[in-house]
Amino acid sequence: MPNNEQFVRFDKVDKSYDGKVLVVKDLNLDIAEGEFITMLGPSGSGKTTCLMMLAGFETPTNGEIYLDKNPISNIPPHKRGIGMVFQNYALFPHMTVYENLAFPLRVRKVSKEDTDKKIDKALSMVSLTGFENRMPGQLSGGQQQRVAVARALVFDPAVVLMDEPLGALDKNLRESMQYEIKHIHESIGVTVVYVTHDQGEALTMSNRIAVFNDGKVQQLSSPDKLYEEPVNSFVAEFIGENNRFPGQVTDVSKDKCKVKLDDGSEILANPIAVKSSGEKTIVSLRPERALINTKEKMENNFKGKIEEVIYHGDHTRVRLNLLGNKDFILKVPNSSANMDIKLGNQINVSWNSFDARALDSK
Amino acid sequence: MSSETQTILTTDGIPLEESLKKAEKKNKIKAFLLVCPLLLFLIITYVFPIGDMLFRSVDDRMVTNMLPKTYKAMEQWDGKELPPEEVFEGFYLDYKKLVEEKTFGKLATQLNYEKNGFKSILKKLKRKMKKFEEGNYKEQIMSVHKRWADVEYWRALKRRAPAYSYSKYLKGVDMYENEDGKIVQVPEDRRIHKILWVRTVEVAFFVTVFCFLMAYPIAHLLATLPMKYSNLLMICVLLPFWTSLLVRTASWMILLQQQGIVNDFFVWIGLVTDDNRPEMMYNKVGTYVAMTQILLPFMVLPLYSVMKTISPSLMRAGKSLGGTPFIAFWKIYFPLTIPGIGAGCLLVFILAIGYYITPALVGGASGTLISNHIAFHMKSTLDWSFASAMGLMLLTGVLAIYWIYNKLVGVDNIKLG
Repeated sequence: MPNNEQFVRFDKVDKSYDGKVLVVKDLNLDIAEGEFITMLGPSGSGKTTCLMMLAGFETPTNGEIYLDKNPISNIPPHKRGIGMVFQNYALFPHMTVYENLAFPLRVRKVSKEDTDKKIDKALSMVSLTGFENRMPGQLSGGQQQRVAVARALVFDPAVVLMDEPLGALDKNLRESMQYEIKHIHESIGVTVVYVTHDQGEALTMSNRIAVFNDGKVQQLSSPDKLYEEPVNSFVAEFIGENNRFPGQVTDVSKDKCKVKLDDGSEILANPIAVKSSGEKTIVSLRPERALINTKEKMENNFKGKIEEVIYHGDHTRVRLNLLGNKDFILKVPNSSANMDIKLGNQINVSWNSFDARALDSK
Repeated sequence: MSSETQTILTTDGIPLEESLKKAEKKNKIKAFLLVCPLLLFLIITYVFPIGDMLFRSVDDRMVTNMLPKTYKAMEQWDGKELPPEEVFEGFYLDYKKLVEEKTFGKLATQLNYEKNGFKSILKKLKRKMKKFEEGNYKEQIMSVHKRWADVEYWRALKRRAPAYSYSKYLKGVDMYENEDGKIVQVPEDRRIHKILWVRTVEVAFFVTVFCFLMAYPIAHLLATLPMKYSNLLMICVLLPFWTSLLVRTASWMILLQQQGIVNDFFVWIGLVTDDNRPEMMYNKVGTYVAMTQILLPFMVLPLYSVMKTISPSLMRAGKSLGGTPFIAFWKIYFPLTIPGIGAGCLLVFILAIGYYITPALVGGASGTLISNHIAFHMKSTLDWSFASAMGLMLLTGVLAIYWIYNKLVGVDNIKLG
């Protein structure tokens, strides 16, 4: 049986808290069964509100949310059967790890043996076997996080929501937890809706990412597509690094367009969001797509002056003054023999028109 | 092993502990000097007078010192029949001296506490004594009044012989040491203190319960409302707190009296008829109402400070895990508020058990508490030793409650905000 493509469905959902401003505008989003979907966006973009509406702590002002084809707006949170991992874990501080995990099972009147079995399984899943009798306060942040994940999964919910669950951990722990959560998701196949403002986290873990801004989903696609093919300048700017050239379209052919930049020079770009000449546009180019002193033949070749060189271990970041853009960033692998990267040098920079995406001018 | 027993030396060769003490000494002196004024103040105005007051409750030297010869002679007396001539002689000499010094009044008061009727026969003895002849004092004294021939009075006198006594404490629980030296209860119709103790504990208990029932929702609202509303509500809670206790109690008198506003309202809505207005003051109802209102902030504040620290996401977690709102509240929220409940209840109960002004003003006869009785003995009967005995009993009771509370909940769990 194929997976239900509309396991969770937001249908024309609006949300306003004060009756004046819409926090979520006309949201339509389908989440497939077993999918790991991430809602990514800056703070205040409406992603957490969406999660809270799905969990049942907020009601949509307009529209309906469906869970497995059933409208759930009028179902209280405790009857939705949705697991949730909270930002600050929300472990019950007066209960042991065992009691924390037993809570959802006890309210469902699961028998004692089944409870023990399920808790054992859930704890071994997050490699915390033997911690049953600890209090949450005796655990490290990472361990608390694992308990919170185990608790959200122990009663076999159809959907698990995670609200910035790794926000309070340090960088190394966060990365290892990312893989761990990803592996848990892969092994049990639960549907996960994950909220974060950390794009690295989103790119690592998700099947699909919904980029939120201003109450709207800007783009919903797989991580690689999101990075390689952003559909608008917000997504291009928000995901990864990005060199921007504002300008005006002078000519559009089938898959190429000419853009006249503010300093007068013209570059060739890939028309994504522009249709006719005269439109304002921002051309977006990923730093790693521009090469220096290459022998390959490329459509855009320009000379730039090196303003800053920052050593990053595996690569070197070079800031250039190129075509009037003083913040043009290049990433140069340290293995390559690019020895003339020195402050003040002029170097040749080239890129293909396909990689330079002419997007909207916002 | 050896490194544990060896003393660690600093680079200069001084033992580390000594060096640390030296380094800390200055700070310690500074800290002591800072608390010194308060410490002195407390000792002079608090520890010393209270200690002195408490000492009075067992101190019975006054009578002993007034009648030295009597008690000397009484040592031989077995207390079964009327004392021998020597006792009467000693008593006559002692009393004569007191009359000359004009301090016999105190003795009369003290002995009257011990046995009613002493005062009048002592006065009578004083008048007749001037005509006494030397010798055979037993006959002469007994002829003054028939009570002087009653062995009970002499036994009462003998009971006051020891310099220190716990009789005041027995009196506080309606008991006394009878003629045979046994501790027995006073006759049933004279057991007033037991009623007062029970009533005090009862009032304190119910006031605590009422305060808890009213404060819990308020504190919850305070902790969860947005800032601008919760500040307003907090002021509403604290406003009575800033008003004088006397003003508040007086306003309750205006509200609760039979021709008062509350009764007017009841009549207006037809709950009671005009000629059948319920009495809500000068009884327990008045005490309950006024004390609950006055002590409410002491319950709200500790509860609020604890509830403020409970993350709202805990309740959400409880609900998302499948708990109904009630289960989420009962299993998660409520257990987390126990430290606040403990602190609030302890505070209100201890304050209520020693409450004075409010029951004195609105309590009437059936609403007065043990503290009012203490005040009565301090001010009216001037039996300070009895007042201080009851005060110490109250204090012991409070400490006992504190101890039980500590055993049950743990003082570390108290949060006062």
